[in-house]
Amino acid sequence: MAILVHKETRVLTQGITGATGQFHTKACKEYGTQMVAGVTPGKGGASYEGIPIFDTVARAVAETGANASVIYVPPPFAADAILEAADAAIPLIICITEGVPVRDMVRVKRYLEGRSSRLLGPNCPGVITPGQCKIGIMPGHIHRQGSIGVVSRSGTLTYEAVDQLTRLGLGQSTCVGIGGDPVHGLEFIDVLELFNRDPGTAAVVMIGEIGGSAEEEAAVWIKANMKKPVAGFIAGQTAPSGKRMGHAGAIISGGRGTAKEKIAAMKMAGIRMAPTPALIGQTMQEALGNT
Amino acid sequence: MNVHEYQAKEILKRFGVAVPRGIVAASPAEARVAALELGSPVCVVKAQIHAGGRGKGGGVKLTRGVDEAEQRAREMLGKNLITHQTGPAGRQVRRVLVEQGLNIERELYVGMVLDRSQSRVTMICSSEGGVEIEEVAANHPEKILKEAIDPVIGLAAFQCRRLAFALGVPPALVGKMTAAMLGLYRAFDECDASLAEINPLIITRGGQVMALDAKMNFDSNAFFRQKEIVALRDFDEEDPREVEASRYDLSYISLDGNIACMVNGAGLAMATMDIIKFYGGEPANFLDVGGGADKEKVAQAFKILLADARVRDVLINIFGGIMRCDVLAQGVVDAARELNVTVPLVIRMQGTNVEEGQKILADSGLAIIPAETMAEAAETIVKAVQG
Repeated sequence: MAILVHKETRVLTQGITGATGQFHTKACKEYGTQMVAGVTPGKGGASYEGIPIFDTVARAVAETGANASVIYVPPPFAADAILEAADAAIPLIICITEGVPVRDMVRVKRYLEGRSSRLLGPNCPGVITPGQCKIGIMPGHIHRQGSIGVVSRSGTLTYEAVDQLTRLGLGQSTCVGIGGDPVHGLEFIDVLELFNRDPGTAAVVMIGEIGGSAEEEAAVWIKANMKKPVAGFIAGQTAPSGKRMGHAGAIISGGRGTAKEKIAAMKMAGIRMAPTPALIGQTMQEALGNT
Repeated sequence: MNVHEYQAKEILKRFGVAVPRGIVAASPAEARVAALELGSPVCVVKAQIHAGGRGKGGGVKLTRGVDEAEQRAREMLGKNLITHQTGPAGRQVRRVLVEQGLNIERELYVGMVLDRSQSRVTMICSSEGGVEIEEVAANHPEKILKEAIDPVIGLAAFQCRRLAFALGVPPALVGKMTAAMLGLYRAFDECDASLAEINPLIITRGGQVMALDAKMNFDSNAFFRQKEIVALRDFDEEDPREVEASRYDLSYISLDGNIACMVNGAGLAMATMDIIKFYGGEPANFLDVGGGADKEKVAQAFKILLADARVRDVLINIFGGIMRCDVLAQGVVDAARELNVTVPLVIRMQGTNVEEGQKILADSGLAIIPAETMAEAAETIVKAVQG
């Protein structure tokens, strides 16, 4: 078992003819993901790596039965791509694109209200259920099948954590990157809820960073609802106030959103916190009680 | 990106928010002419820097007559103004804004921010104008009023009225207050702002509603469609190394320590700073070279790191995903040779093709100290700096 994606997931790539879209579509296909369609307006009728290309998402869904979409289109057009996928009622939309304006995302979130689609990202590495389905830009080979769920706002820091888990023999059920932007789709709580219900997930690693209050909100939810052990890490303990640390959402503003506040809230909720990023795997192991 | 007060006021004025009459001056003589032109018995001379707390720092002065306006401008221009937001060195004042003095009846606060947990832009108001909103939020949370804005509808007039009445604005002025709020919202929305504050928004004895001070920040992700806003950028107000880094699409933030770091990915870069600190060192910077770091980018990154005279050592931490370790290792070696890098390099690599990458580093003949894990890398570099 796993969450969000599995063997049967049929994936559509929006922006399949761009360099990034091509590279990652090929890599995901090689991993074993069912890449069933691509969309690039004006390129309908062509194909890439045996994958048929369509002019519109609606057409691609009708022809191929795609039930997940991954978006690599450039920032000025990314919001529109999400809207098109939501209009076609695709259940899972994953936006990898970094640099989407906040104003666009506020409107996208409003459009998604009351619709069936779930959005992951933007500015995220994607989602992977090891051995079954990889959608996004993460290196597949560092993952192993197992029962640890991973949810994170980061990209390479997540790979670091996954690598540590794999080396310790702790495979993963599903790894979810929710993205580093201030306005994005699925939140920590949404993903934690799915992991909590998933019989294939035994424990969860949650990786946050400075900015916003999503970690604090998740901590409150975990304390009240989570039935499985959670290990955590927060990046940015040494970050200065008022500076954007790479990710658009990683900023301490007005003295709020500090790592200190988040770590305190997570500890209060019973989450075992890794003291350094080198100890995320080991902390998970300790939380599982098999040190 | 931040802009100056006078620029924020020009934007707000375009969207129908009333602002005091004012003229920007870059010299004491210009300030004198400005005061003369304004013809106001009382003028205010305001230092223009990208930092708050100017009043308390001595950067806002009330003046009577052109001589005094010129004198105050002379005292500010070219000097470093220190406020609680500038750091101990302060910021050099290159321009002053000379404005007409006004008779203030009331000072209010009106601001706009993104409420991240609601994914909505929110208007925030308070009857306590002229003080920092964070202070009001901490000490008198009941005095903070909020209206979340539906992006499809925009800020509705009834929401403005609700805020105005709750603020105790006289009924005859509610219309003017509503117009100011709607103008602020439109400026925020149409210019892709990430923060906009009018603090204080004043009611004058003559019954005017005016923005006495204004602050705006903008979403850099929207620069592709905000050419006019981008043109307002003042590079003098930014760290030159951060500006240089942004030209090469590198994300760099200067810090106070002496251990430089170069990392791929923002989260991992922050985590690398954290682990340096954990082992007793002080990071000199945040630097994310991004996922697609090639030789050119690594070389630029080295140049920026080594331009910092405090830097004693460089820690490179790469998690090779799609970007392979061997390609990155070659980039590091080529760049280090080209730039004649002599400071000790501690390099930790993990991920795709890590063995090939390590071999390239080992065979390079450069003084590279390899490390297996992040912990080992951090411990090694802290010892090297302290030893």
